[in-house]
Amino acid sequence: MSTPMQNQISNITRPDVQTKLSIQDLQELTRQLRLDILQMIFEAQSGHPGTSLSCIDILTCLWSVVMTHDKNRPDWPERDRFVLSKGHGAPALYAILMHEGYIPKEEIHTLRQVHSNLQGHPASKYIKGVDISTGSLGQGLSAAIGMALGLRLNQSPAHVYCLIGDGESQEGQIWEAALSAPAHNINNLTAICDRNGLQIDGCTEKIKPLGDIGSKFESFGWNVMEIEGHNFQQIIEALHRSKSMGQETSKPTMIVAHTTKGKGVSFMENEAGWHGKAPNAEQYEKAVADLQPDVYYQRLREA
Amino acid sequence: MAILSPSIDLEKPEKIALRTQYGKTLAELGEQYPDLVVLDADLACSTMTKYFADAYPDRFFNQGISEADLMCTAAGLAAVGKIPFVSTFALFASGRAWDQVRNTICYSNLNVKICPTHSGLSLGEDGASHQSIEDIALMRVIPNMTVVVPSDAIETERVIRWAIDTEGPMYIRLVRPNHAVIHTADYRFEPYKIEVMREGKDLTLCATGEMVYHALLAAKWLSEKDGIEAEVLNCVFIKPFDTETLVKSARKTGKVMTIESHQFIAGLGGAVCEVLSEFQPTPVKRLGTRDQFGQSGKPDDLFKAYGLDPQSIYQEAKAFIQAS
Ligand SMILES: Cc1ncc(C[n+]2csc(CCOP(=O)(O)OP(=O)(O)O)c2C)c(N)n1
Ligand SMILES: [Mg+2]
Repeated sequence: MSTPMQNQISNITRPDVQTKLSIQDLQELTRQLRLDILQMIFEAQSGHPGTSLSCIDILTCLWSVVMTHDKNRPDWPERDRFVLSKGHGAPALYAILMHEGYIPKEEIHTLRQVHSNLQGHPASKYIKGVDISTGSLGQGLSAAIGMALGLRLNQSPAHVYCLIGDGESQEGQIWEAALSAPAHNINNLTAICDRNGLQIDGCTEKIKPLGDIGSKFESFGWNVMEIEGHNFQQIIEALHRSKSMGQETSKPTMIVAHTTKGKGVSFMENEAGWHGKAPNAEQYEKAVADLQPDVYYQRLREA
Repeated sequence: MAILSPSIDLEKPEKIALRTQYGKTLAELGEQYPDLVVLDADLACSTMTKYFADAYPDRFFNQGISEADLMCTAAGLAAVGKIPFVSTFALFASGRAWDQVRNTICYSNLNVKICPTHSGLSLGEDGASHQSIEDIALMRVIPNMTVVVPSDAIETERVIRWAIDTEGPMYIRLVRPNHAVIHTADYRFEPYKIEVMREGKDLTLCATGEMVYHALLAAKWLSEKDGIEAEVLNCVFIKPFDTETLVKSARKTGKVMTIESHQFIAGLGGAVCEVLSEFQPTPVKRLGTRDQFGQSGKPDDLFKAYGLDPQSIYQEAKAFIQAS
């Protein structure tokens, strides 16, 4: 199993728009997106904060750094694809898609309301940037493999990214897909597992232990990398590397991202109870306080 | 037969969640039934099987997020004489694991009680991906399956106590929100029977589950505002269906409206049309989601958006009477 590279990245280039974002920029952006996520869920009084805070750093690296896409051409055939198999992370996806210009910022107030585009789980019917609707766990990885196969048939340079949950990996279909991708020598697929150790009823390792997910995928024929899922340098390195490794090995890649559910809000971190519960006014205020620059960066430094 | 008690104030009813009642009833039954086992798929805090899990951890199995595995494990437990009650969200119980329910549970006619929660539109904010509005249809079409849809917490408790003593696969469909209580503590549940909750001569309102309360309110307004007397049937059994009670009512009123928190195809509306076309051809108007997906929203907003709130039912009923 490979470990992430340790060299310092100062500037990361996004292929299509040539924007340069430093690690500091990404830290600041994801701090703001965390506030957006909490605002959406607080106003809706419904949604999944723990889940969204767990994966927002990964989604931001994908959409703002690694993926090739163009908001002005959302149907561009050569664009990279993303499948949020753990669909309950929708607020995180909406936050980054708002930032990237796929969703009007005003819609931030409409999460989970009747007649809104911001459905509880991402739906292709309502959102540009969502190609496949998700929410029923375990299905997205197979769909991502289908996309990768189709793009290969089209000789497209596009790469497919798919984020799955660790609890989600208790679904048998994940392992059916895990067998399929190497069987088809898929080389244009990167899956990421949000390994936060929690599901709804508690710890994954108490309910139905997943053990070493990385070695499981490795034994199924995948390239595997293990990273810290809130370390931007590691996330970006691994994502870039997965693409070249795919080409070199003709294998799909699994990045096991070790994350903290609820990351950034002290009282939500590592608490299964914050999986799918909206904060009340007092808790929201506390969460917002945790996400003010001084407190937030102080806590990041201590972590 | 149990006419709505005058002590129930339909405009300001007491509200209890069916799933909470379900969980508590299971925990109460644990001692008397040593063979009772309960299974869940990472939703014990939502389906409320946690009450049983806390009281009888040795007889509770959290299968994780693995619904296919959940159903077949329950089948195995039943095959060696246990009485498994199985819960998850209705969509995953009926949809995700349909083949397992059909082939492993029902084909072997195993004594598995599938008691999903979060069925229908009132699932609410999670939206279409989690809204189970096809499950009555999916489950009633499987041979050996009994399909039961309780209308409130009191009926839920009666149904669970009856089900544990009754052999065979069952699908007992429950909902998420706190829901109006429309039965009194002395309610006598009659298995396999439609419950006539209100008598009337002008129109039959056949409702199931969370829609029974809405039908009762609509019937009250029809009587008070328009002098229209609707008969309200609580169709707690979708399968087997109580043909006799339905036919008797249809013969009296000559008009039947079906109301369900489910697609208007193949669920209660479908069952009613099958029975009536064979035994008592009668004009039928079906209310439900109209071959469309649901969406996110608060339950009451969704009922309005899909014409299933008491006011819409009242108006549809009036229009149906006036048109004929
Ligand atoms: C098929 C299916 N079963 C159950 C659920 C309900 N559910 C939603 S989220 C969740 C837990 C997911 O845990 P995990 O995959 O670890 O995600 P995360 O920790 O990132 O929130 C469950 C059981 C679902 N959405 N789909
Ligand atoms: Mg998890």
